Amino acid sequence: MIFVRNLDNLCMVQFESMTILTKKTVSETKPLYDSAQRKLAPLLEAREAWRYRDLIFFLVRRDITARYKRSVLGIAWTMLNPLGMMIVLSIVFSQVFRVTMEGYPAYVLSGLIAWTFFAQTSSSAINALVWGGDLLQRIYIPRSSFAISAIGTGLVNLLLSLVPLFAVMLVIGSPLHLTILLAPIAMLFLGLFSLGVGLLISTIGIYFADVVEMYAIVILGWFYLTPIIYSLDYLPANLQRLLQLNPMVHLVGLFRDLVFYGTIPTIEEWLITTGFALGTFLLGWLVFTSKSDEFAYRT
Amino acid sequence: MSLPIAPELSTLSSPLEILAGEDVVILEDATVRYRIPRERIRTFKEFAIRRMKGQIQFVDLLALHHVSLQVKKGEVFGLIGANGAGKTTLLRLVARVMRPTQGRVIVRGRVAPLLAMGAGFHPELTGRENIYLNGALLGYTRRQIDEYFEQIVDFAELRDSIEAPLRTYSSGMLARLGFSVATAQMPDILIVDEVLSVGDIAFQEKCGTRISYFREQGASILLVSHDMSSVHKMCNRAAWLNHGEIIQVGPAEDVVLKFKEYMGI
Repeated sequence: MIFVRNLDNLCMVQFESMTILTKKTVSETKPLYDSAQRKLAPLLEAREAWRYRDLIFFLVRRDITARYKRSVLGIAWTMLNPLGMMIVLSIVFSQVFRVTMEGYPAYVLSGLIAWTFFAQTSSSAINALVWGGDLLQRIYIPRSSFAISAIGTGLVNLLLSLVPLFAVMLVIGSPLHLTILLAPIAMLFLGLFSLGVGLLISTIGIYFADVVEMYAIVILGWFYLTPIIYSLDYLPANLQRLLQLNPMVHLVGLFRDLVFYGTIPTIEEWLITTGFALGTFLLGWLVFTSKSDEFAYRT
Repeated sequence: MSLPIAPELSTLSSPLEILAGEDVVILEDATVRYRIPRERIRTFKEFAIRRMKGQIQFVDLLALHHVSLQVKKGEVFGLIGANGAGKTTLLRLVARVMRPTQGRVIVRGRVAPLLAMGAGFHPELTGRENIYLNGALLGYTRRQIDEYFEQIVDFAELRDSIEAPLRTYSSGMLARLGFSVATAQMPDILIVDEVLSVGDIAFQEKCGTRISYFREQGASILLVSHDMSSVHKMCNRAAWLNHGEIIQVGPAEDVVLKFKEYMGI
C-alpha cells in the first residue's frame, strides 16, 4: 500500500507536470457507459473500433517492428519468405511434376501471397481473440480491435510481398499491367473475407476450443482446394464446378487476374467476389458482436 | 448458454436520469453468473451428443449477487471482503471489461484501471514505442499521448533510457513507466487494487502525491484492499462483500468495524 500514508497528509505538493495533468483536451466530453445499452451492438462496436483507430495503428506497428527487431535481415524477411516458398514450389512442380505453364513462378507467387495473407491473418485474428484473453480481462478495449489489427498487419505484409512478385515477373519476362492499380480492391476483399472468417471462428471458439485447433487443418486442406500451385483448367469439369463454391477460388482469382494476367474480371466475377467478401464480413461481424460479451465469461 | 439477459427496453430509463446528482458509478442489482458445466465438455461432438440426450448440467457460480451501490464524485470508496468475495469481478464491471449477467452498471467519466498498468508492454519495443502502445490500449488517442509524452517520461524518471528496448528495463522501471502512462491524464474514476508497490520509496511517495492530487481535483477512487487500517483511514465509504453479496455499505469506519468483528480480528 503505497499511497496510504500520502493520502493521510493530504497536503498538495504542486509540481510542474501537474499543470498538464488537468489541462483538458479540446472536444472532450465525459464518456458515459451504460451496460444496459446493448441494442445495435454491431454499430456500437464499429463506432468503438473507429474511436480506437490509433490503437489499431500501434498494434499493427508493434506486430511489424517487434517481429523482426532481432533478426539481421529484418523486414526483408517479409519479402524473402514468399520468394523462398515460390522457388521451392516452382522447382518441385516444374522439375518433378513437369508442369508446363507460361510464367509459372509468377503464377504461383501471385496466388501464394494472396493465400498467405488469408491464412495468416485469419489465424492470427483467432489466436489474438481466443488466447489473447489476458489483456481483455484487464482493460476495456473494443474486442474487434485485435482482429482488425491482424488484418492491418497482413495488408502491410501483402504490400511488401508485391515487391518480390514484380521482381520475379521482370526476371521471367512477364509484363506488368496497368490493372495492378485495381489490386487494392482485391486486397480489400481478401481483408474483409479474412476478418469475417476470423471473427466467426473465434466466436465459435468461445464455446468449443477444438475449433481453433481444427482450423489449422482446415486451412491446409483449403489450400489444396484453391488453385494456388495448380490451375483450375487441369481439373475435370465437374470438380471445377464444385470448386466454384470455394470463395477463395474467386478471391485469389480476382487478385491474380489483376496483378498477373492483367485482365479486368467480368462483371459477374466482380459481383461474386463482392458478395463473398461483404457477406462473410457482415456475417462474422454480426455473430461476433452479438456474442462478444461472452469472451469475458469464458476465457 | 449463459447469455447476459438484456432488460426489457420499455422498462429502461435513461442513464442520465438514474445518474442524479453526484454519482459517477452506479451498480443496480448487478449479478454476474458464471455457468460452469458440471463436467468438462469442450469438444463439439461430446456436446452435441450430450445435448441431444439432455445430459448437460450446469453449476451456477454467482460471482456477484444483486449488488447495488453508488460511488459519488470525489469520494474514496473501499471494497473489502475475503478472497473470492467478488471484489475483482466488481472492479471488472466498473472497468467495463465484462457486462453483468443481470442488472445494470453505469459509469460516468473516464476510468483509469490501475489493474492494467503496463498492459501490452512489449519487451522488444523501446520505451517510447511502448508508451504509445500502452497509452492507446488505455484509450488515449495519439494526439493525447503526444501531448502527455514529456510529462510521462519525466514522471517515470526514464529520460535516459526511453529509446532503449523494454527488455533492458528493471522491474522498477517497468512499474514506473506503467504508472506514469496510466495516470498521465486525470481520470474521473481511479481503480486501485491492493498491492501498488511501484518502484522505490521515493517513487511511491510521488505516486501517492499524484493520487491525492487527483482526489483534490474531484476524481473518485475505488480501492480494493485487505489492509483494514488503510481502508479505515483513507476511505469515506466502504462496502463489505461476502460470497458475491453486499453485507454492508456505509461509512468506512462502521463497515471496517463490522467486518473485523465478523472475522474475529
